[in-house]
Amino acid sequence: MTPGASALESGDRLSRNGEAGDVLVDVKGLKMHFPITEGIVFNKLVGLVKAVDGVDFHIRRGETLGLVGESGCGKTTTGRCILQLERPTQGEIFFEGVDLTKLDQVALREYRQKIQVIFQDPYSSLNPRMKIGEMIDEPMYVHGIEPDAQKRKQRVSELLSVCGLNPKMADRYPHEMSGGQRQRVGIARALSLEPDFIICDEPVSALDVSIQAQIINLLEDLREEYNLTYLFIAHDLSVVRHLCHRVAVMYLGRIVELADCDDLYDNPMHPYTRALLSAVPVPDPEVEQGRDIRIVTGEVPSPINPPSGCVFHPRCPIAVESCSKEAPALREIKPGHWVACTEV
Amino acid sequence: MSALLEIEDLRTHFFTTSGVVKAVNGISYDVQEGETVAIVGESGCGKSVSALSVLGLIPNPPGRIVGGAIRFQGDNLIGLDDLQIRNIRGRQIGMIFQEPMTSLNPVLTIGLQLTETMEHHLGMDRADAEKKAVEYLRLVGISEPERRIRQYPHHLSGGMRQRVMIAMALCCEPRLIIADEPTTALDVTIQAQILELMKNLTKRLGVALIIITHNLGVVARYADRVNVMYAGKIIERGLAADIYREPRHPYTLGLLSSVPRLDQPRQKRLDPIDGQPPDLTRLGEGCSFLPRCKFAVDRCESEIPPLETVGNGHLSACWENENLETARG
Repeated sequence: MTPGASALESGDRLSRNGEAGDVLVDVKGLKMHFPITEGIVFNKLVGLVKAVDGVDFHIRRGETLGLVGESGCGKTTTGRCILQLERPTQGEIFFEGVDLTKLDQVALREYRQKIQVIFQDPYSSLNPRMKIGEMIDEPMYVHGIEPDAQKRKQRVSELLSVCGLNPKMADRYPHEMSGGQRQRVGIARALSLEPDFIICDEPVSALDVSIQAQIINLLEDLREEYNLTYLFIAHDLSVVRHLCHRVAVMYLGRIVELADCDDLYDNPMHPYTRALLSAVPVPDPEVEQGRDIRIVTGEVPSPINPPSGCVFHPRCPIAVESCSKEAPALREIKPGHWVACTEV
Repeated sequence: MSALLEIEDLRTHFFTTSGVVKAVNGISYDVQEGETVAIVGESGCGKSVSALSVLGLIPNPPGRIVGGAIRFQGDNLIGLDDLQIRNIRGRQIGMIFQEPMTSLNPVLTIGLQLTETMEHHLGMDRADAEKKAVEYLRLVGISEPERRIRQYPHHLSGGMRQRVMIAMALCCEPRLIIADEPTTALDVTIQAQILELMKNLTKRLGVALIIITHNLGVVARYADRVNVMYAGKIIERGLAADIYREPRHPYTLGLLSSVPRLDQPRQKRLDPIDGQPPDLTRLGEGCSFLPRCKFAVDRCESEIPPLETVGNGHLSACWENENLETARG
């Protein structure tokens, strides 16, 4: 059984849009190691960046899985592997039961339609020389979904209004829009192919607080309306809690804890998850004054030369001697709650 | 007792080809000795410009301070020439910038960047300055400072660079430090480390701190008093506790209710502020928050509400500030 399989039985909020579906995405033993080379002629291999180093999880249809962690923990690389923008070093990625890592570029095209992505930076993810309308139209044209240009134009208008934009904006260029509006364009573009699964890679972190809430609400509405499944990659723990059914916490290329959302936030088990949650300041001075925060010392080590054993042990407040020798496996502490720590 | 820093009706405008951007449009606030004051607001509201104005760092052209006064320890900083302002900047007023990656000089060693300010401002010789640099690096929690001063910024991580920036800001023993989004570029565990460090050091050394941020959680934890900015103006000011418990401006209220909170049960839906911030080149006659405001009345269209006292040390610029109470429920 993959981690978290039984968590869904308690996923009460899933029942809002019908019951929990079948497994849509299943990631098994994913590893992505990037080579570091030296020299121009011989390209001698001098090391490996172990961006993702053995990750297992699955996502059911209609579910939102949160993937949280600090910069460099491999959360974005995991997303890119699922999209097949990177070919993983090792491991399998099943989408609707088909292993994407075994498919060639031609066979992948069918799946590219079903898996879409919303990027972090709405300033760099839109082509500055294309009009908004063209950008939303292009995927439909490329994938031959609708050969009639007039009908595609109609569809672009629909998508813009679904995402809270005026259909007239189809004739504008990205520089004429604000960050929040651009992110809405990014969402409309992702929706144009009627995907089943959307990877949201930090979709709100570049936006202002008041705009963030607008986009979060939009993502939630769309999920219900189109029965979408999300992988929500973010570093903001409060946003993840608001949006996700289950949450996986990553540290240095591995998942250290995976649980039902409420369970993870109410009862964090892994020392890293606890430290992360404790480090987030609450917007209320009265709460903050009385709160005792646990600050982890040190910094995230390099993924080129990760610590031996448990990768968190140099910063861990409860580490024991054995932690530096053996890497703890992810084990199920209680139904649906998986933790990779021997000391809990 | 007079304030350490007193800003009065400051106006900083940018003269661009597409019009005059009124980035800071008549703001007044003060900072007392040893106090931590936060300036909160979203991008483009003028919070950074208001701080850069204090240090005389507004690029001219296109920017210019067109009015107001900035009094530091009683002396007006506006109108000082470059040399005079340089004797205050870095010496009396320290600065910590947002991007620790870009605000350190990549071709100079950490040590040189630290000693340079001390040699210039305190007239120390190289050896003494170096000794002091090591001391300050240790103070900000950098291990092996003797080795670090020979290193370049690219040898250090983002968190470490921000610690170096803090050491630099502190080394001339300023009375005031201005920190512009000091932790925005950092990860959450490192953010907590840096903020705790800044809090402890400023309290211990009695330095006043202006912290500019968009993060309401950071403000709640670290600020004594808060100024909320919107479209170039301060729209609410007060003790942090008062502002969070009883916001008296619809914008503050909207900001607070649009962020999901970890300490409260999960909400079904977030309550965002509709619309977008206004274009600062085309501000209307009335309140600039009007198009996004849920409480607007006729008067808001024609008259800009002044920042007026609504409670003990609590000010709000809203005609309807009395009526937010009932709406908050």
